[in-house]
Parts: sequence; C-alpha cells; structure tokens
Amino acid sequence: MEQDVREVIIVGSGPAGYTAAIYAARAQLNPIIFEGAITAGGALMNTTEVENFPGFPEGIMGPALMENMRAQVARFDAQLITDDVTSMDLTGDIKTVVDGEGNTYKARSVILAMGSAYRKLGIDREQELSGHGVSWCATCDGFFFRDQDIAVVGGGDSAIEEATFLTRFARSVTLIHRRGELRASKIMADRAHNDPKIKFAWNSEVVELHGEPKLSGVTLRDTQNGDLRTIDVTGLFVAIGHDPRSELVKGVVDLDAEGYVLTQGTSAATNVPGVFACGDLVDHTYRQAITAAGSGCKAALDAERYLAH
Amino acid sequence: MGALSAVTDADFQSVVLNSTKPVLVDFWAEWCGPCKMVSPILEEIAALHGDKITIVKLNVDENPATAANYGVTSIPTMNVYQGGEIVKQIIGAKPKAGLLADLAAFI
Repeated sequence: MEQDVREVIIVGSGPAGYTAAIYAARAQLNPIIFEGAITAGGALMNTTEVENFPGFPEGIMGPALMENMRAQVARFDAQLITDDVTSMDLTGDIKTVVDGEGNTYKARSVILAMGSAYRKLGIDREQELSGHGVSWCATCDGFFFRDQDIAVVGGGDSAIEEATFLTRFARSVTLIHRRGELRASKIMADRAHNDPKIKFAWNSEVVELHGEPKLSGVTLRDTQNGDLRTIDVTGLFVAIGHDPRSELVKGVVDLDAEGYVLTQGTSAATNVPGVFACGDLVDHTYRQAITAAGSGCKAALDAERYLAH
Repeated sequence: MGALSAVTDADFQSVVLNSTKPVLVDFWAEWCGPCKMVSPILEEIAALHGDKITIVKLNVDENPATAANYGVTSIPTMNVYQGGEIVKQIIGAKPKAGLLADLAAFI
C-alpha cells in the first residue's frame, strides 16, 4: 500500500514519541505515529506509581500517564498506528518507513523515539527460564510470587522500584548488586534500606540459574574474592538497565559506542538531514519520563523548522 | 471483532479441557500493561480464525487456582489446550505476526 508523502513520521510512543506527536500535530504537520505492536506506551507501561512527573500532585500510575498522553495526541490531527516499524530508508529528501504488515509510508522528516529495551543477564538458561521464574516486569509477574523468596538484580532506581513493589507479595526480596552500595537516588535507596522485607547481596553477580522446569535458585559470585554461593529463590527479576533500540538505524544515523543515537549540539537533529531523535534512544544520562517528553518537544520543533525551509 | 469470552476456575474443565477444538487461554490481569497490548491482537486472530481455534481469557486475579495449577508465573501467558493437554505455550506479548507464526499449526 503506497501512501502520500507526509510531513513527519514519528517512530515510538513513550513520553518522547507522544510529546513529539502533540507538538507536531498542533503545528498542523499531521504526523503518523508508529506506537509499536506490543510496546505502545513504552517503558512506563510496565511501571507502577510515577511520583515525579510534574502536574500530578498525588502521583499517577505509569500506564495511566501514557493513556493520557495518547488521548492528548488523539485530540489533534494525527494518525496513530499500533504497529512496529520493520525498516526505514532515511537518507533521501523523502524518507520511507515500512511497518510490520508490509505497508510503506513516506514523509519529509522522521522523528526517532524507539526508546530502549531491557538488558539481559547473558547467562545460560536465561531464555528457557524466562516466564518460569525469570522476569523483567515486576508489575506483570510479582503477583505470582506471593509468600515466596525472590530476588532482584540491579542497584539503580528501577531495581529499587521493582524490589519495593515486590515486597507487597513476596516473603523476602534479595537485592543482588555487583557493587557495595546502591546507584539509586537517595530517596529510593532509603526506601530499600528501611524495608524489612528487603535483604541485600552486595558485591554479587548472578552466574548460574537452577531449577527445572521452574527457577529454584541462583548461584552468586562475589565480585571481590570470586567466592560462589547459592541462594534459594523462586523468582528473579532482572533490572540491570537498558540498551537503546537503535538497531534499525545502525549504519545510517551516527551512534555512540553504546548504541545511543548522537544528536547535534543542544538540538534533536541527527547527522542525517530531516531525521531527529529523542527520548531514551539518545539519553544514557537522565532517562526520565520528563526529560524524554522534553526532548520529544525539541525534536518536533526542530522538525517543524526543518520542514519550513 | 468482539470481546473475547472469559473462562473461570469453575468452568475451565468444561470450556477448555473438554473442548473438541483447540482452545487458546490468555492468562491476563487488569494491572498488566503488556496484556492490554496483546488482547486486541487476540481478538483479531479470533475474528479471523475462530472456526479453527477458540480464544478465551482467564483473569488470574479472579481465578488463581487455574493459573497456579498450570504454573503460570508471568503474564501474558497464552496456553493452547487440545484434548485437555497443553500443546503450545507462548509467554510474553508479541506482535500479531509473531503470534500467528506461533499458532500456525492450529490455524
């Protein structure tokens, strides 16, 4: 199916993609937004309470925040497509984007907002035990571990959020972290330290998964002296960070060594004319809903300026 | 394209296990974001292939016994039952093309 040449296509639907869409739509650029077949709403769809997004004094649930952003896009002249993008040709004046159904879309500019994906542990049996005790989504799966001993891997804010959330269900939550102190913000770290259900396995990394057909324990290696020990857990929630979802634009758009899209100066412009990037795809420093939204706004304004020339 | 019908702990035996047709059971819950993504895709598949496979939903909050019985620890989990046995298990949300590929043997 061939389409007319549009002004702007937005790939991705987290806070960055939706904010770019709101700005582009209000600028009457009639954007197409590819929300993703199963990832629509982005990373916040798997979170619980968001307490730090301004404008919600009582906090708001992550999925509700994203539903609100989507509804705000839908108020304006914009076309939301719940599908993945499978390939992009970004180099010419007219950009081409192909979706999961094989439909082709053309536009004079593209805003990349694909976000990031959960990082895996990269150890044996991780895939086999995923859904059988190994999980990347506490809010999806925590419920199934009522009165059980489980563990969370990671030391950042998202690991603490998962661990704290999981104490609602679990008998105990062991936080496995390869350093001797948390990387998380002070408020989150204090929350973890003050939670009687949370235990800590410091200077530890997971090297082996046990159990058949479900997880029954993990072997930890001490990062200081190499000692091995096994702890009995029926659930292991992995929160060791994210990798940018830049594989579709690799080799075309400049990326840094970790795969994040590089933007020019304080703008959202990439090295390819007419291609802009925002959100977690470009940001390995802040990674907040509000910074993603802000960069989505910048990308839309930059695209609008580019299209005016 | 209508909403999928719901099964419960009480009627799981009669609706799913005793069915002569393959039945896909979507284990889901209100609080599960990825479940909400997969639900409309399953509705589409049911509308297209409802003659060959029955697709139903099971709310794990309201029906913990069945979820525990089948060792579901992650949702969405989609189990296909044929002759009372699990013949296929899909864990995690996938795009339509991925689900159709996983279900190719049944549709």
